[in-house]
Amino acid sequence: MTSKAPVESLPRPASLSRRGFVGSLSAGILGAVATEAAGAETLADVPDRGPGADLSAHSERSRFARIDRIPEATPGKRNVDPGDAINSKTPHQKLVGNITPTDLHYERSHSGVPDIDPAQHRLLVHGMVRKPLVFSVDDLKRMPSITRVVFIECTGNGWENWKKADPDLTVQNTHGLVSTNEWTGVPLKFLIDLVSKDKGSNWMLAEGGDGAGVDRSIPLTDEIMNEAFVAYGQNGEPLRPAHGFPMRLVMPGFEGNLNIKWLRRLKFGNAPWMTRWETARYTQLLADGKARQFQLRMETNSVITQPSGMMQIQPGDNRISGLAWSGHGRIAKVEISTDGAMTWKQAQLSQPVLSKAQVRFQMDWVWDGKPTKIVSRSTDDQGNVQPDRQSFIAAMGTNALFHYNAQQTWSIDEAGRVRNVLA
Amino acid sequence: MSSHNKLFLTGLFVAGLLAAPALAFDFGRPATPEEIKLWDIDVGPDGKGLPDGSGTAVQGKQVFSDNCAVCHGENGQGGIKDRLAGGQGTLASNMPVKTVGSFWPYATTLYDYIHRAMPYPTPGSLSIDETYAVTAYILSLNGIIPADGKVDRESLPRIRMPNRDGFIPQPEFDPAKLFRKK
Repeated sequence: MTSKAPVESLPRPASLSRRGFVGSLSAGILGAVATEAAGAETLADVPDRGPGADLSAHSERSRFARIDRIPEATPGKRNVDPGDAINSKTPHQKLVGNITPTDLHYERSHSGVPDIDPAQHRLLVHGMVRKPLVFSVDDLKRMPSITRVVFIECTGNGWENWKKADPDLTVQNTHGLVSTNEWTGVPLKFLIDLVSKDKGSNWMLAEGGDGAGVDRSIPLTDEIMNEAFVAYGQNGEPLRPAHGFPMRLVMPGFEGNLNIKWLRRLKFGNAPWMTRWETARYTQLLADGKARQFQLRMETNSVITQPSGMMQIQPGDNRISGLAWSGHGRIAKVEISTDGAMTWKQAQLSQPVLSKAQVRFQMDWVWDGKPTKIVSRSTDDQGNVQPDRQSFIAAMGTNALFHYNAQQTWSIDEAGRVRNVLA
Repeated sequence: MSSHNKLFLTGLFVAGLLAAPALAFDFGRPATPEEIKLWDIDVGPDGKGLPDGSGTAVQGKQVFSDNCAVCHGENGQGGIKDRLAGGQGTLASNMPVKTVGSFWPYATTLYDYIHRAMPYPTPGSLSIDETYAVTAYILSLNGIIPADGKVDRESLPRIRMPNRDGFIPQPEFDPAKLFRKK
């Protein structure tokens, strides 16, 4: 396999055999920049063993593995000063597997990251209930818990490509606002039973303890009643502050901003509150000037992460890999086209394939060295198929800003350079 | 009793605990009406939650100048953050301008949002009357109330925003239909 090294690590020594290169290649995928130029041509070149660094209280990444999120602002405003950033994107081009590392889970915050002492944090549950209650973090931890792997996706994921495709974008720029973690917490239903919700209440306001007090109205459908939970754990540890420490709502399959972070209030009512977030912000402007509201579910989606934007590949054997997800349920299949969406082949899925979680897909591909385009499309177990760009734009227009799930096409030129294109 | 039956009863017992935990455990503590009042800040489109008080657009101009203009511009335009005025008639164009006047469907949301989230560095620092006044000023900048207009808990929910009919609910979660069968 001679492909997929990030362009900044090229050129590689021409004398390297394909087989001998496998070790440093995987380092290349993981973002190393130093290993390849001084690679080990024969086993004699591999440095001698010896005592390593002292053991430590927690593990850092290798100095050869450079992986970072990038803080960005609105479409077209990239690599901004962190003070101007409104989100921070996951580097999917440097990741493998199905789970996003905790510190690389994308971040979207509306008023910065509050520094909350869990001893002083409280969750108020009230409104149309018989017994309004106040819970501490310790209260939640004493309750029966569930643990579930789910993706969370900002509705702005993909928003760089609504109107045009800047050719210099990486998959981190185009699709870095979705991640998959394992979350642990208390089923919403358990809390609802504790406060004895009025049967006439079918909407819930969830509010965060951040400066913006982000709040969303949530319809208490059977699906949400069965699946929503208040999480205090993330990949086996307490939530990170950027992701809602000490507690957040997790809404599997739904808009990222419904997964209210720093959760401090749940109020039960019988109609939506029409908060700023569900009227002026997270609504989708269609071509006729009307806006789609309460488009709460995240769509069937996929993207090829390797090779992807700004990488360079070599003719011959390549492995295509990427991520697929759907807010409707489980991914049933992912198809890949290497000829610009003319013909499609089914990719392999990396087990386990979980409902409302990202799954890694992969496929072998022999590139003949001719310019082409590669693209993936996913289908979920409810029969939803990720739309092609043309039919997607025909339905949504180009002003919607949120809920972009059109197929992502990468073009490859005769030199093997991979670039972002619309289709 | 067979072990199978014992297992079954144990299962029922556990299921019962999960279904009606308040009977078995005592999680959390009762919330008092006084402390609920401290946090119960949300305002609905029917005006529910709006406090007593009022403010005029004239008063609001000064409050806005002191607290808001640095980010939003002196007249709600040309600032570094969200534009608040103008843009009406642009929503179907290739360059839509979404402002309070062109896009927001409910005037009540404006009070709620200013009260909970603004000014950005010190949310909640404006008094109730100041919040009403800034609300009135932003509405007046958009021609929704006159330049000498005033808003309070009675008048704010009755204001019909220009884009009130500009939203189409996704059928799956349409509030008008969602829970009708139940």
